Amino acid sequence: MMAETKTMNMIEAINSAMDVMLERDPNTVVMGEDVGYFGGVFRATAGLQKKHGKTRVFDTPINECGIIGVAVGMGAYGLRPVPEIQFADYIYPGLDQLVSEAARLRYRSANDYICPMTVRTPFGGGIFGGQTHSQSPESIMTHICGVKTVIPSNPYDAKGLLIAAIEDNDPVVFLEPKRIYNGPFSGYYDRPVEPWSKHEASAVPEGHYRIELGKAATVREGEALTILAYGTMVHVTKTIVEEMGVDAEIIDLRTLLPLDIDAIEASVKKTGRCLIIHEATRTSGFGAELAALVQERCFYHLEAPVERVTGFDTPYPHSLEWAYFPGPVRIATALTKILKD
Amino acid sequence: MPESDSRPASNLPPLSLHIPEPRYRPGDTPDFGDIVVPEVGATPRPSEDSKPDAMRDMCYGLVRVLDFDGQAKGPWDPKIAPERLRAMLRYMMLVRAFDDRMFRAQRQGKTSFYMKCTGEEATSVASTMALDRSDMCFPSYRQQGILITRDYPLIQMMNQIYSNRGDHLLGRQLPIMYSAPEHGFFSVSGNLATQYPQAVGWAMASASKGDSRIATVWCGEGSSAEGDFHSALTFATVYNAPVIFNVVNNQWAISSFSGFAGGERTTFAARAVGYGIAGLRIDGNDPLAVYAATQWAADRARTNNGPTLIEHFTYRSEGHSTSDDPSAYRPSDEPTIWPFGDPIARLKQHLVTLGEWNEARHEAQRTELDDLVKTTQKQSEKLGILGHGMHQPFETMFQDVFEEMPWHLKEQCDQMLAEQEAKFGPNWKPE
Repeated sequence: MMAETKTMNMIEAINSAMDVMLERDPNTVVMGEDVGYFGGVFRATAGLQKKHGKTRVFDTPINECGIIGVAVGMGAYGLRPVPEIQFADYIYPGLDQLVSEAARLRYRSANDYICPMTVRTPFGGGIFGGQTHSQSPESIMTHICGVKTVIPSNPYDAKGLLIAAIEDNDPVVFLEPKRIYNGPFSGYYDRPVEPWSKHEASAVPEGHYRIELGKAATVREGEALTILAYGTMVHVTKTIVEEMGVDAEIIDLRTLLPLDIDAIEASVKKTGRCLIIHEATRTSGFGAELAALVQERCFYHLEAPVERVTGFDTPYPHSLEWAYFPGPVRIATALTKILKD
Repeated sequence: MPESDSRPASNLPPLSLHIPEPRYRPGDTPDFGDIVVPEVGATPRPSEDSKPDAMRDMCYGLVRVLDFDGQAKGPWDPKIAPERLRAMLRYMMLVRAFDDRMFRAQRQGKTSFYMKCTGEEATSVASTMALDRSDMCFPSYRQQGILITRDYPLIQMMNQIYSNRGDHLLGRQLPIMYSAPEHGFFSVSGNLATQYPQAVGWAMASASKGDSRIATVWCGEGSSAEGDFHSALTFATVYNAPVIFNVVNNQWAISSFSGFAGGERTTFAARAVGYGIAGLRIDGNDPLAVYAATQWAADRARTNNGPTLIEHFTYRSEGHSTSDDPSAYRPSDEPTIWPFGDPIARLKQHLVTLGEWNEARHEAQRTELDDLVKTTQKQSEKLGILGHGMHQPFETMFQDVFEEMPWHLKEQCDQMLAEQEAKFGPNWKPE
């Protein structure tokens, strides 16, 4: 893939993916609150309405049930809608349309109808957003039968995965880790943010390319243990692993469902240890599913119990955000424990 | 499956999709000349027990009391005593002084977020004054005027905004998401219109207990698009709930103009018609009209005549929040040419016309309120500002998830405390 590349941050890469798809496929439409003239509260759709027209990129009423519901109907007509929910914390009024309708349409109609919709939504904390602008609801999505769940961790992946999601004929929830929109996050909130331009994954081809859904990426190869992470936590994990000098293999899942179980299994069988890291709350979080899969498939290779580093089971607090966030100390503590066991 | 790009052959005219567009964008010269401003006194005042279908016209008119010459006129004039008018002016001015100061505090990095209600002060202050002190308010996020009108301590509002050690919400909530049960003020949610059915539920409970208190609730015209709004109206009409619905139509929902909530086709007051609820459309920049309409709706609710939906036609003079830049999507002079003026200036003019107020007293009051806010701010900042030290004991993060803390939260709390000791040492205490 030696096409022309450009340095992009996550927002620009996501914008570019939608731009490419609006250009290539006349059935692609982008909609959501404030996404039209204004270009989105995070600027992810900036310039798209001007370039592709008001009937292809447009604002919607403040009604998430409506946004997802009309996207289902548009999909039934033959369009390829890309609705935005302004914050993942606001997706719940649309949950019935997602769970009972979008996710089951293919199944209940035995392929008479499909729902080729990609719901984009920023998620996660670390921006002092309080409990209504910080949540990580990915395990709610993976618990729905019939929705794919994708979480990119860098600009290059974000664009390729988003294009693949839009081209996918099934509904996809595309969760964008907003803490890393403008730069990878080390986990140290008191250090300056490094811009994406210093990261190799900011070299993004300007045209069309896909990253297949369901394929994980090995961020770092290692022998001592396997760390499973995604989104913001990929970067936090890498920082701590490098600081501690641990020979960890870090796998960025990229797609939570369908999951790249082969990559996970091969790595854990090689290292014999598995640490799972996510920002979402712990109980019934996606880490629970990962831990179950790892013990089912790698039990006789495990040299230590599978460990989880997660957010706590409380609503996301405003002022104690950094005591909540699974940062350097929590990760280091778990690493020390799992390597000693 | 039909293919959208291969339209079935037909000699019917092609359909076209309408996407609403505000008339003016940055760089345009806005003109509100076509907004109908009915004569003060032209809108009749039906009795409080009128049948909703007999007062449909009220949803399309505009209740006005204060004329632009400073006189109160017509059947809706609530005839408020000058002393009380001065109190109303003072509360509105205090809201504005508070907003200006807290907005600046956010810009100075003392907190993460703030939302002003500039130009919309009447919609909460005058409304609250027309209620009984014991009536319950379910606010959206721009009704700081309720708390100020009910004399909630300013320092408590500031402590919440700073998430400091005086914040009785323990730093858990985003700034301005207050909670004040003893002032009849429900906990503010960051989600939109969720308070609407809750207000109906409170009102139903009050009615079922034979209580005399009513509920009131606020949302913006943008969030009236949410399903919760429509659920609320359905329940309210079914159970004839003693509730007042306020839709503050300030024309803008972040960057989306009211057309994206259906405002191009009808009024927001007219939402009431389909539900069989009384609707009133009023000049939201006219404090006396707000007072009069709220008083009418409160009397109606209190006499078991049912709910009322009030559309406050107003204008959001500033950005949605400190995270917003309205110059990116609307002409910057729109607020100044809004045909209904400024609610504070209008009430001031009225009092001056009555001979009950003058420029010198007004200036003196402005200075006094600025000083009050500034002094209170200093006291609050002594209790800490956001981001400079941790102001709450860490274990408060785990309290109140449940009444009793289950084992897994106790375990996680211990883990978190060990982490903080690793970070800050064993002798750390909240600042």
